[in-house]
Amino acid sequence: MSRPVSYQEATARERLQQLFDAGSFEEFLPPAARVISPHLGQLNAPVAFDDGVAVGRARLNGLTVYTAAQEGGFMGGAVGEVHGAKLVGLLRRAVQDQAAALVLLVESGGVRLHEANAGLIAVSEVMRALLDARAAGVPVIVLVGGANGAFGGMGIVARCANVVIMSEEGRLAMSGPEVIETASGVEEYDARDRALVWRTSGGKHRYLMGDCQQIVADDIAAFRAAATQAIATMAGQSVELTLAALEAEQQMLSDRISRFGSLKDPVDIWSAMQIPDAANLPMLDVDSFIATASTRRLEA
Amino acid sequence: METLNYRFEQGTRSLTAQPQVVGVVGSGNLEVLIEATELAGACSIEIQTAAVGFGAIWQAVMQDFQQRWQLANARITINDMGATPAVVSLRLDQAVQTMLGDAA
Amino acid sequence: MDWQTIANKLFPQGHSITEQACFLSGHGQLDGQQIAVIGTTGHTPIGVEIALAQAQAILRTVREHPGMPILMLIDTQGQRLRHRDEMLGINSYMAHLGKCVDLARRQGHHIIGLVYDQALSGGFITSGLMADACYALPDATIRVMGLPAMARITKVPEERLLELAQSNPVFAPGPENYQRMGGVEALWQGDLAAQLRAALAQPLTGDTRSALGLERGGRRWAQAVINAVLHGGPVQAG
Repeated sequence: MSRPVSYQEATARERLQQLFDAGSFEEFLPPAARVISPHLGQLNAPVAFDDGVAVGRARLNGLTVYTAAQEGGFMGGAVGEVHGAKLVGLLRRAVQDQAAALVLLVESGGVRLHEANAGLIAVSEVMRALLDARAAGVPVIVLVGGANGAFGGMGIVARCANVVIMSEEGRLAMSGPEVIETASGVEEYDARDRALVWRTSGGKHRYLMGDCQQIVADDIAAFRAAATQAIATMAGQSVELTLAALEAEQQMLSDRISRFGSLKDPVDIWSAMQIPDAANLPMLDVDSFIATASTRRLEA
Repeated sequence: METLNYRFEQGTRSLTAQPQVVGVVGSGNLEVLIEATELAGACSIEIQTAAVGFGAIWQAVMQDFQQRWQLANARITINDMGATPAVVSLRLDQAVQTMLGDAA
Repeated sequence: MDWQTIANKLFPQGHSITEQACFLSGHGQLDGQQIAVIGTTGHTPIGVEIALAQAQAILRTVREHPGMPILMLIDTQGQRLRHRDEMLGINSYMAHLGKCVDLARRQGHHIIGLVYDQALSGGFITSGLMADACYALPDATIRVMGLPAMARITKVPEERLLELAQSNPVFAPGPENYQRMGGVEALWQGDLAAQLRAALAQPLTGDTRSALGLERGGRRWAQAVINAVLHGGPVQAG
C-alpha cells in the first residue's frame, strides 16, 4: 500500500497524472495552444493558458476514458466562455468517439462572474451535453475532493452524473456560506464556522443524504480505485435518464423534506437517521464512517 | 497588467521534449509554459504580470535563470499573479526540470 | 407583467393555470390542444420545495400526457439563500428539475421557457436554460448578479463594468444580450399566443446555442472551441 497523496492539495494536472495510468493523459487543446479567455484582459485580470481546465483522454487500468480536470487555483475553477466550451467539446467528443466513460474532476465555484452571462449559458450547455452523453450510453462519473468544492452551477452539473465520488474534505453545494451570510445574516449561516460548513456540504453529509454514492479518503489512489469500481459496476447497464429513476429520486427528495425539513443542524438529521453518536461522525476515519453510514444512508 | 519581454542570445542547452506547463495562476503564484522552438540559439521570455512596476526585479531573476541554464531555442511564457522572486525562480527551474525529465 | 395577464395573452382560448405559494401550474388551450404550464411568480427564490414542485409537475405530465408540449414560465430572483436549503441539498433539487426537463424532451415533449419577468442566476439554469428554447419579454430582467455586487466581487469598478457592457454582452444584463449570446432564442412582443404557436412549430435541433451565439456575434469563441476539441483542429474564433 503506497503512501497517500492528497487529492485536495494536488493541482488539476497533478491529479490527472496520478489518477490515471502513468503517462497516459492525452490533452485536447493543451496549454501550448494558448486557448485563453477573451474577456479577462478587459478586466485587467490574468489569464491561464488552459483557461483553468484540462480536457482530454487517459487510460484507467488500461481502459480509455475521457476526462476533464478543473483547476481550483485559477479563479476558483469557475466557468467562463472558453472553459465551458472546452467541457462541452469534451462531452460531445466522448459521444462522437463512443468513450467507455467520462470522468470529471470537478472543482469550481460555478459561473465565473468576470464572464457572467457567457458562464451562465455555458453551464447549462455543459448540463445538456452531460445528459446527452448519458443518453448515448456513456457513463459519467464526477469526483469532488478539491479545496474549492463543487458549487453553483457545477454543484448542479455534478448531480447530473451517474455517480458522484467525494472525499470527506470535498464539498458539494449550491451557494457558498459567505454568500448566504451576506444575504441572510450570520445567524442564518456563519461562514467562519468550518465545522458547520462541512456538516452542511461536506462529503460525509452528502454521502448520508444520498447525494454522493461513494466516499473515499483524501488520497488520489483511493479516488482512482473508486472511479474504476464505479465504471465496472455500470458496465453493460443503462446509464441514461429514465422516468422510473427520476420518480424514485423525486420520492427521495420529497422524503428528505418531510423527514428533515424542520431540523436545524445536519447533526439533527444524522440523529434522526438513527446514527449512533451522531455528533462524533466528523471524527470518524473514512472506513469507520462507511461502516456506520452505509446501512442508514438515503438512496433513490 | 504589465507585459515584459526578455531575450538571451547564444544559449548552449537545447531542449527537445514536448511543451510543459508548471504552476497555477493564483494569488502569489504563476504559470510557466516552456516550449522548444527555433530561435537561432536564443531563449525568449515573455511575462504577463498582475504586479506592475517590478521590471528591475524580473530582469534580475531572468538573468539569474539564464546563468543557471543557458537555454537555447527555448520559448518561455509566463502568466503571473504576484509571485515572489523566489517562487518565480522555483517555477522556472521546475519547468526546465520537467522538460529535461520528460526528454530522459 | 403579472402572471395572470401573461397567461391570458398566451392562451386567449382559455387556461386552467393556478398559483400556490408562487408556484404556477395548470394547462393552457392552444388551437384545440392542451399545453402543460409550469412555473414561478412573485420573483420567488427557488428553494427545495418549489424546485421539487416544478419537477413533479413535469414528471406527472410525462406520465399522464405523453407528448404534451410544456411551457415553463419564469419569474425568480434566483436560488434561495438559506442554510436549510443547502443542508437539504438544493443543488440536487435543481439538478433533479433539470433532469426532468431533459427526460421530458427525450420522451417527445416540446419544452419552451419564457422569462416573463425576472431570471437570475441559479433560478434560470435548470428551468429556462434547459428547455428546447428559451424566450423572453423585452422588458424582462435576465442576469447573473447585479452590477454593484459583481463590482465588489471581481474588484472591477462598477463604472468600468458599465463601460465594458456597451461593447461586450458578456457583462451586461438584459434579454437582448442573452439573445445575442444565443442563450435566449428570441424576444416576444405583440401577439404572444402567435409567438407561442410559432415556437412550438420550430423543429427540434439539439443544443445549438453556441452556434447561435457565434452567428449573432455575442459569443465568438464558444463554438470555435467546441469544434476544435471535437475535431482536433485549431480554434477559429468568430
